[in-house]
Amino acid sequence: MTPVPPVLDIHVQTTLESPGRRFVLDARFVSTTSRTALIGISGSGKSTVLMAIAGLLPRVQGHVRVAGHTLLDTANAVDLPARARRVGMVFQDYALFPHMTVTQNLAFGLCRLGQRPSEAEQARIDALLRQFDLDTLRGALPRHLSGGQRQRVALARALAPQPHLLLLDEPLSALDTPLRIRLRAELAEMLERVQVPTLLVTHDPSDVQALAQSAVHLDGGHVTGAPAL
Amino acid sequence: MLTPLWLTLKVALLATGAAGAVGIALGWWMSQRRFAGKNIVDAMLMLPMVLPPTVLGYYLIVLIGRNGVLGQYLDRWFGINLIFTWQGAVIAASLVSLPLIYKAARAAFEDVDGRFLHAARTLGAGEFEIFARIALPLAVRGIAAGLMLAFARAMGEFGATLMIAGNLPGKTQTLSIAIYDAVQSGNDAQALWLTLVISVVCVVVLVASGRMLQAKH
Repeated sequence: MTPVPPVLDIHVQTTLESPGRRFVLDARFVSTTSRTALIGISGSGKSTVLMAIAGLLPRVQGHVRVAGHTLLDTANAVDLPARARRVGMVFQDYALFPHMTVTQNLAFGLCRLGQRPSEAEQARIDALLRQFDLDTLRGALPRHLSGGQRQRVALARALAPQPHLLLLDEPLSALDTPLRIRLRAELAEMLERVQVPTLLVTHDPSDVQALAQSAVHLDGGHVTGAPAL
Repeated sequence: MLTPLWLTLKVALLATGAAGAVGIALGWWMSQRRFAGKNIVDAMLMLPMVLPPTVLGYYLIVLIGRNGVLGQYLDRWFGINLIFTWQGAVIAASLVSLPLIYKAARAAFEDVDGRFLHAARTLGAGEFEIFARIALPLAVRGIAAGLMLAFARAMGEFGATLMIAGNLPGKTQTLSIAIYDAVQSGNDAQALWLTLVISVVCVVVLVASGRMLQAKH
């Protein structure tokens, strides 16, 4: 019997240089749970790991395997571009396209330039709008949405193209405490519902407890703690 | 009397279109790439703004004149001669207005938050699609301002145009050259009239484009 591949099998190495600063990232971990948290203090390289997994950094060495799909394997000359990795990402502050409505943001990952959504794609957009309680906000621009609504749009947009992996970069850090507590519960419930392997970056232990099943500790660009419950 | 005005508008519009296409593409490319010698390329692209227009005109003669580096082949293979034609005036005006669009477009593209471009990549978009659907709409105000300035610059172009297209009434004589011609020949009334025309047209263009931008906002 073929063994089931781990959900995440990651080894990313790169060096980032800017005037007066040199940062070496060499992060290696395996996770068998569907929701993993990547924790560490500010500047430990958490977001850089997400960028490397998503294919948004140049010159990354190593491998990225998600539930058996190989996105990067430099030893075997595999390095899929970001657009072909099928990795959904929810950015810090969400990065919703400010000139597009909620529906257009959701449709972006489904319809390529000049295409109109097919019936199946339109049905998926409608289903996501309903699922994330965004039905009444179809025509709204991001600047008119509340923090919670933005978070839901960002999550729905990342999930629209049916990614293999969902990356969440400090999804709650931009919010004040009462909203943070409410949205944490909401996010936990949504992640439970969508069932897509998720890697979540946070520095808040409460996020780990509510949202993840295991955690990887990162310090100075290196993993210092194995996945643990 | 109106011929120089129509010719000027035609030349300025076409030049803004040509310089717009090239300047926006270069602005996007330069905003996204890092390479050795980037500052030198940037300086070369800005040269038409600082070089005397007559020097640019001379370069153009060397390049597209009948015996020029490219011009000899244009003439020999296609029978095209650009010297002393309104098309030559378009090339001259495009060149002088290019830096204005390039600089504005590059700054506007550099102002677009990189996370939007990253988000688009993770959603499956290729580089052209990111340019067309994300960067261009978000940079449109800065680019429009550059296009406006370029149009005004092309309207007033004199030195390079005179060198490359000459001063042929009804054929290559634009408003600026017609004003110079009228002053030289002592025809003060005509000079005043043409000056008023170009001033009014410039004010109308600035007000109209300002309104357009406000409406867009």
